[in-house]
Amino acid sequence: MSPPTRGIMYRIGIDIGSTTVKTIVLSETDDILFRSYERHYSKTREKAAEQLKSAAELLRGKSVAVAITGSAGLGAAQSADLPFVQEVFATAEAVRRTVPDTSAVIELGGEDAKIIFFGRSLEERMNGTCAGGTGAFIDQMATLLDVTVPELDKLSARHERIYPIASRCGVFAKSDIQPILNQGGRREDLAASIFQAVVDQTLSGLVQGRELSGKIVFLGGPLTFLMGLRERFIETLELDEHTAIFPENAECFAAFGAALCADDTKAYQFEDICQKLEDSSKKIDQTGYTLTPLFRSPEEIAEFRSHHAGAAPAAVDPDTYTGDAYLGIDAGSTTTKLALITPEGGILHSFYGSNKGNPVSILLRELRTIYDKFGDRITIRGSAATGYGEALIKSAFNLDLGLVETMAHLRAARHFNPDVDYIIDIGGQDVKCFKIRNGAVDSIMLNEACSSGCGSFIETFANAMGYAIADFANLGLLAEAPSDLGSRCTVFMNSSVKQAQKEGAGVDAISAGLSISVVKNAVYKVVRATGPQDLGRNIVVQGGTFLNDAVLRAFESELGVAVTRPAISELMGAYGAALTALDLPPENPGLIDFAALESFVHEAKPSVCRLCTNNCSLTINTFSGGRRHISGNRCSKPLGGEKSSGLPNLIKYKYEKLRAMNGCGQGDGTRGKIGIPFGLNMFETMPFWFEFFTRLNFEVVLSEESSRALYLRGQRTIPSDTVCYPAKLMHGQIESLLDMGVDTIFLPCMPYNFDEGLGDNNYNCPVAAYYPELLAANMPRLESARFLAPYFGLHKKKGFMTKAAEYFNAEFNIPKHETKSAARHAYAAYESYIADIEAEAARYIDFARANSKQIIVIAGRPYHTDPEINHGIDELITSLGLVLITEDAVSRKMGYSPRKVLNQWTYQARMYNAARFVIEQPDMQMVQLVSFGCGTDAITTDELRDILESGGKLYTQLKIDDISNLGAAKIRLRSLVAATGG
Amino acid sequence: MAKLTYDKQGRLLFTKEMKTEYTLLMPQMLPVTFTIMQKVFGLYGYNIDVLTTSHRGIVETGLKYVHNDTCYPALLVIGQLIEALNSGKYDKDKVGLLITQTGGGCRASNYIHLLRKALTRAGLEHIPVVSVNLSGLEKNPGFKLTIPLVRRLIAAMLYGDLIVWLKNQCLPYEVIPGVTDKLITHWIDRIVSMLSGGIGLSKKDMRKCMSEIAADFEKLELDKTHEKPRVGVVGEIYVKYAPLGNNGLEDFLLSEGCEPVVPGLTDFMLFKINNRVVDVDLYRGLRLKKFLASKFQRYIEGLQRVMIDAVKSAPGQKFRPMGSFAELRGLVRGYLGYGNKMGEGWLLTAEMLELIHTGTANIVCTQPFGCLPNHVVGKGMIRRLKDDFPESNIVAIDYDPGATKINQENRIKLMLSNAARSAEMKGSDASKASV
Repeated sequence: MSPPTRGIMYRIGIDIGSTTVKTIVLSETDDILFRSYERHYSKTREKAAEQLKSAAELLRGKSVAVAITGSAGLGAAQSADLPFVQEVFATAEAVRRTVPDTSAVIELGGEDAKIIFFGRSLEERMNGTCAGGTGAFIDQMATLLDVTVPELDKLSARHERIYPIASRCGVFAKSDIQPILNQGGRREDLAASIFQAVVDQTLSGLVQGRELSGKIVFLGGPLTFLMGLRERFIETLELDEHTAIFPENAECFAAFGAALCADDTKAYQFEDICQKLEDSSKKIDQTGYTLTPLFRSPEEIAEFRSHHAGAAPAAVDPDTYTGDAYLGIDAGSTTTKLALITPEGGILHSFYGSNKGNPVSILLRELRTIYDKFGDRITIRGSAATGYGEALIKSAFNLDLGLVETMAHLRAARHFNPDVDYIIDIGGQDVKCFKIRNGAVDSIMLNEACSSGCGSFIETFANAMGYAIADFANLGLLAEAPSDLGSRCTVFMNSSVKQAQKEGAGVDAISAGLSISVVKNAVYKVVRATGPQDLGRNIVVQGGTFLNDAVLRAFESELGVAVTRPAISELMGAYGAALTALDLPPENPGLIDFAALESFVHEAKPSVCRLCTNNCSLTINTFSGGRRHISGNRCSKPLGGEKSSGLPNLIKYKYEKLRAMNGCGQGDGTRGKIGIPFGLNMFETMPFWFEFFTRLNFEVVLSEESSRALYLRGQRTIPSDTVCYPAKLMHGQIESLLDMGVDTIFLPCMPYNFDEGLGDNNYNCPVAAYYPELLAANMPRLESARFLAPYFGLHKKKGFMTKAAEYFNAEFNIPKHETKSAARHAYAAYESYIADIEAEAARYIDFARANSKQIIVIAGRPYHTDPEINHGIDELITSLGLVLITEDAVSRKMGYSPRKVLNQWTYQARMYNAARFVIEQPDMQMVQLVSFGCGTDAITTDELRDILESGGKLYTQLKIDDISNLGAAKIRLRSLVAATGG
Repeated sequence: MAKLTYDKQGRLLFTKEMKTEYTLLMPQMLPVTFTIMQKVFGLYGYNIDVLTTSHRGIVETGLKYVHNDTCYPALLVIGQLIEALNSGKYDKDKVGLLITQTGGGCRASNYIHLLRKALTRAGLEHIPVVSVNLSGLEKNPGFKLTIPLVRRLIAAMLYGDLIVWLKNQCLPYEVIPGVTDKLITHWIDRIVSMLSGGIGLSKKDMRKCMSEIAADFEKLELDKTHEKPRVGVVGEIYVKYAPLGNNGLEDFLLSEGCEPVVPGLTDFMLFKINNRVVDVDLYRGLRLKKFLASKFQRYIEGLQRVMIDAVKSAPGQKFRPMGSFAELRGLVRGYLGYGNKMGEGWLLTAEMLELIHTGTANIVCTQPFGCLPNHVVGKGMIRRLKDDFPESNIVAIDYDPGATKINQENRIKLMLSNAARSAEMKGSDASKASV
């Protein structure tokens, strides 16, 4: 097969990946004579040269062929002027040689995920820019659980259940895992769930409608070393030992393939190659864009540090102090903070550390230390908890109070700067910013799941490069040319780092670059500031990440202002909780005593709530003394005793009304069944189509109620992994109809929606408008069904009647006058549905006013009514004692008004109008629901904020995706309630 | 500074006084075409500067003033304009901004509004923004698209498309580096001087001039002994064309030894006009609207035929001609409805089909990260195309402020490796067959 080798005896393949370098040397007969696999710690080219030289014994003085491959190999090959082979292509070559009847390859690397389909035509897919995950993701998750990767693998073997964890990208998964951890979920289960998330991500991101069957070869480091990950793949794909192949040298396949591809007509002297690689590692590519240094001299650093030494709590000597004390605990997402203070605010004892996935046991240890150290010298008069794990900690140790973290932070910040008007807190996992106006939290900005590349991200990176976080941060202080790493999510930053490394940036430049990125992310993504004037005059910065001087410096220079960083910046939440406890009435402090601590027992059991179709994954924590804490629930049903709040909830009302629209209605169903995928526009137009089809004597069949399981059923046919979750659910809805045996399915394409006269035009968004065409092209099962997706425009009544009459005459031979008459009834039915929603909302408003309840107007899209899309946010809102109505019920109370943006979508126009209505109602607040990936909301959010703030209202936004983590939503809503006194 | 006047809605107007005093800044998208257009505007008394800046500071400025989840083109265009205003190169009291506005259900229709919001945030709200559109949106006393001007702009678009089309077939093969670009500069100047004298506008003039252009390109010395692999570029209009948006995609393809095939702007223009006709067909509406739109469409289609003929009938028959709008429209039947009109709509899929049908099966489908219409007409159609045309080799590339060039290029390289392999296999099949 190979051409004559002309004296070349050896072929070398070098794979320079995002985290490792692999080298393979092949003999003339393709036997592996040498192989090496090592981490490069960002010294890509040096490592490659070094690795190659270790084969000198074999290759000295030989004439060889070579090919370089890998994501970091491209730059190296160009700069060293050596041949390059694209890595997926190289892998395919290696597989063809070793496992000839392979139907597909799944390869996971440090940062890449790939699937190669063999067969009729070769098809290769790599993860898109958004779908990170894989090896780097597993590393990050292991850090989160405070275990090594091999330990994570061992843990997974003992799992009992799998939690649903968002599989799109690492950051999302992290925000799913965190609450489970904080609420006491088992780490064994989490370990397996993390692997399952990797599997789901690979399948949803890369399979895109193709069947994975036959023999599948698994490659890459993670799949070689992690048995738990293998098991997840085998189980999910229903493979056995004959169809799941884990070949030898799987982690070196790309290098092997590169060696096979090496062009043996082009010979090199071995020594020349080594030389070229070495030289290339010295070349620093000047194309990279670099940033201004953080500090120019050690003197600048000293001056900076002395300036910030000012803000510190009252001095106290813990060894001699006797008297009252107050305890505050902040059970944060990655870290647990504790502060024990005197009535003057002096710190008697403090703790700041990783919660190691189990905040309860950490705090148990700390409380014992406190009792040991202080004995009878102090009396703890009050205690309070805040943060993600607030409820768990409060019941574990019977604390007096739980408070929302924004309030705790405000209390603490005010202690150091009574005039504080802006607080920004960058923690391990999240960024929180709030404006303070008239002494109350006025507007809150939290990072959405996508941009959380915060403190823990720097830490993970430091560890991956082999440094402790403090050393890593210090390295960056004097970097001469910090790398520009962008300001988006973790996954993007990973590849920016890769690019910077390719261009020869050192660890110092990357360290400084990461600190600057974190700041830019917070300032431009979360705060959306253009300058200090957007923040405030008295800014207090806090959170563990600000302990890092590089971050603090980057923040001050990015905004050009001096800020207050309290000396206990990392403890502020706990400190604020302790200060709040100080204000409590002094009787009967609840904190469990020393004796109770001695016999303290904590047990966490997973469970699934069966009280409704949500099937929430619950964790039941039991503590000694019979205290129980249940977490993971979206409503209060599983807590027993207390019934659901029962307060008016228009989302629930609408949902029940719409779901009831199936069957034959007034007709006799003689024309057969017509299936409606119940999603997107159908949440608005269902009353219309139900009337229309039943009048025509069809039996209307709705797809199943949405659920995660339904989503997974259609997941493999989703071609674009960045589209919004409501659109993705459509695939499952189609599957469900087909599974029910309904083979006539109706889903019209509607670029235009009803014209309500509220905006400048009446469009649907491009996704809602044209998704039926995407479904037709990507769901193979629809080919054998009768999928009706005509273009209809309901906004032009006469036109619709004519067009529909023609269409249904052609499709079903229905006399035109019948269709026209059905259409007239349909328009009337839609009108009365709208009127009914408005009337119902009016009743809710009356109820709220009669009972002095605050009213929340949810602004979103009609399909946000779906409980699988809103994740039960409506129930959460009513459980906080608020009455809930939706934007469509009040939008027509206001007329047309020009906006600063082009107001061209029907649904979005409703939100603007509803906001204009809300600002005139003292007892109403608006909360906007935004689906992740919704392009139109990038425009509406700023406009809605402007409208609401112009009327003195708070703007609250909740971003939702396939994750069902209500933690962030809860913080926002509770802060909103606290701020508005509802 | 000129006196600031506002319309009833409070929009700052571009006045006649400004026309004489102000420089209008405009973002670059299609280097050849926009250069001709800039000069055409000059003939009518507008002083226009097309921005060619391309450094990282543009993205930084964009990130600062535009919602970060907005599409990347908006971020770049607005970033480029504001960065230019703050660069010190222009007198902020004597400068205005020019931006195109297409309208339609895509969020891209909002660029001009986002630009104004950004100007306010940057404290530059005294700078007038002029919308260029054919829908009669946002009129300004100092800026009028008169019929003679529009005719010349349309001619500029067609000449630009022709030159770029021929350029892409010559540049990869030129023997003496730089000759193609020299020829382009020569023709840009000639076209502008013709248009200023009212020549080159009629069908007859165009036929003559376009044939001359094609003949001139044929005279370039080319080395075509090794036919290079052709790679088509389709996508969201800005990232498809603008080097700033696609990280110099065409240059990258050239450096990889490929011949880029980039469908022109004329089809996009025809697509947008045809949408109005289709709207009336699908939903009913004013017949007069349909009549006028159809007439306009036919006018441009006529000119497009002249352009295609010029390529086809060049004496040496050296160049592949472009397809016509009617052919494109025919190709997409069965894939998407003609009502699919937001963004690039059905045109994007049609362009991929045309490329595949004309032997350019390797395609880069470009889109801004999270581009809404492209979920359907780009990424959403690739599977169908692969099923129907197994030889198709399409890679979807997302562009965004955080996406790195290295990842994009790596993905394109994978597509190119695939292309090379299928060419090899085809070659070996052919040699087997001949044995």
